[in-house]
Amino acid sequence: MAGWTIHQGRAVHLGLDNIDTDQLIPARFMSTPRAEGYGQFLLHDLRSDPEFPLNRHRDVSILVAGRNFGTGSSREAAVYALFDAGFRAVIAPSFGDIFAANAVNNGLLPARVSDDAQAELAAFLAAEPAEITIDLNTRTIALDDRTFPFDVDESWRTKLINGWDDIDLTRQHADKIAAFAACRAFSEPWVFPTASD
Amino acid sequence: MSKRRTMLDKLWRAHEILCREDGISLLWVDRHLVHEGSHHAFAKLTDRDLQVARPDLTFAVVDHYAPTRDRARIADPKIAGMIDTLRKNAQAHRLRLFDLHDQDQGIVHVIGPEQGLTLPGLLINCGDSHTSTHGAFGALAFGIGATEVAHVLATQTVWQRKPRTMRITLNGTLGPGVTAKDIALNWIAALGTGGAQGHAVEYAGSAVQALSMEGRMTLCNLSIEGGARLGMIAPDATTFDYLKERPFAPDLDWEAAVTTWSTLASDEGAIFDRDVTFDAAEIAPTVTWGTSPEQALPVTATLPDPTAVAPEKAKAIDAALDYMGLQPGRPLEGTPIDQVFIGSCTNGRIEDLRAAAAVLAGQRAKVPGLVAPGSAQVKAQAEQEGLDDVFKTAGLTWAASGCSMCVGMNGDLVAAGKRCASSTNRNFRGRQGPGARTHLMSPAMVAAAALTGTIIDVRRFLGERAA
Ligand code: SF4
Repeated sequence: MAGWTIHQGRAVHLGLDNIDTDQLIPARFMSTPRAEGYGQFLLHDLRSDPEFPLNRHRDVSILVAGRNFGTGSSREAAVYALFDAGFRAVIAPSFGDIFAANAVNNGLLPARVSDDAQAELAAFLAAEPAEITIDLNTRTIALDDRTFPFDVDESWRTKLINGWDDIDLTRQHADKIAAFAACRAFSEPWVFPTASD
Repeated sequence: MSKRRTMLDKLWRAHEILCREDGISLLWVDRHLVHEGSHHAFAKLTDRDLQVARPDLTFAVVDHYAPTRDRARIADPKIAGMIDTLRKNAQAHRLRLFDLHDQDQGIVHVIGPEQGLTLPGLLINCGDSHTSTHGAFGALAFGIGATEVAHVLATQTVWQRKPRTMRITLNGTLGPGVTAKDIALNWIAALGTGGAQGHAVEYAGSAVQALSMEGRMTLCNLSIEGGARLGMIAPDATTFDYLKERPFAPDLDWEAAVTTWSTLASDEGAIFDRDVTFDAAEIAPTVTWGTSPEQALPVTATLPDPTAVAPEKAKAIDAALDYMGLQPGRPLEGTPIDQVFIGSCTNGRIEDLRAAAAVLAGQRAKVPGLVAPGSAQVKAQAEQEGLDDVFKTAGLTWAASGCSMCVGMNGDLVAAGKRCASSTNRNFRGRQGPGARTHLMSPAMVAAAALTGTIIDVRRFLGERAA
């Protein structure tokens, strides 16, 4: 996964609260191998309406959404759909916990903003998408002459900037993990199942 | 004075291998459960030429795509392919697979406890948000995404920031016809789908202690719908009785295990970041009317009227009523339904089937429906008790176990525009199929809806007891 620090792109406003991952990608598309691209499935069942914002504007990479974005199922495919459709950031007042973790693991920023900032962004983007700049270093969103701060877990920010992969990081701790497992097997042996049937 | 610790504190400490400067902990994973949907994670492993680190702690199950009819031949090549991919991955990594024809097959969150794979004090991960179910046993259990699943497969560990703590206390006693499902829908409606965001919820109070393990699992299962990272309940005699002599439960170590498990409960006087209390006696059978689990009301209520609320709230209500094909301000009770579904990891256990069958007993349903037991064992038990006959006499289809109509991946779908009374956990737009309209409620409420073809208060069927 490639890291990034500054992203400049066109932002589109999607008014709704509680956009769950079942809407981000309906279950019936999830058997598709990732190599085939998931962008075509993004918000699939809402897109039958030609006026839906994502149908009208295709050259966008930042989504401004309502409260509790990505709630529901843990399906990482929801992030694949956003990423493969070209999105690099979602700006919302709150996110589903698992969705946000999945997003960061794929280089997609879940940027948390205040309700006021969300409302101002929404107003700014109401008519048409517009260019905005997201800076992970300063944790700010800039549009025209205004800037808004956003929140993101510090460890996630570092991960996004460096494009780190957790498996590589964890393997550096292999000795500690092995020692921990040995200790656990000694103190609580029943944790390690032996039944076979 | 030593610090009084919550159950989360204790479980976290017991699994923490290290804590980084930025406050993120590396945790040891005791059980990792995978299913057909885990194919992305296995592909990541293959890409890097890695093996599963602890096949002895990793268990695979066919559930999300499991056909509930006609298991011998799977018509849809995509569905057959998903199941076959899991088989291949399980074989390549030497994992115990609960396959389609296994007598122990079932929904991952039903068979974990049933097999005694779920135990108090364990850290349990699965690439599925309802992993919170296992917290009913006093386990630290939470859902993760595919990248994290790959990480657990490769390392048997997971990086996490410790969630904040929240206690939801249910004092008093539940009324007749009121269940764990109603407790859950009630608190989610009160606090919202983001109400417990970032928190580990511990359920406490007399009404929770009085719940069976089945009820506790239903309650913890739905924690995620209120935004919680996980749900948990302190293990007690009910927990131990349920687990004793399960296939993977401790045997020779039983006494030592119970002694350890008995220390897991939060210390008296431990402080939670948030504390919320409800009176169990005030909870009515609860039904969702909209497209989010927070859009739930007592069955006796009337549908919300968007003109009576602030404009920013009106929009969401309007959109939900419109999708659901409902009129504002009308009574919820009496809403005609087209079909019913009983099953899922929320309410597909033996007690749920018994509750539904008790309402149906010998009568015929006015609408068609599907009953999919949560596991092959639940199915066998139900058949032994003759519950299958009750469902069949009612005109409902008695099916094999799997996720089925909870998510429709196996092809069990609700048609567009059709209204389904469902014992599942998500009423999201299109969850049960494109355009499907889902009303969540308890299994007994679903049975009552089946009998009358409308949403109806199950307490009307309880005779004297409801008076
Ligand atoms: S029954 Fe539904 S919620 Fe439970 S694991 Fe299956 S799909 Fe997920």
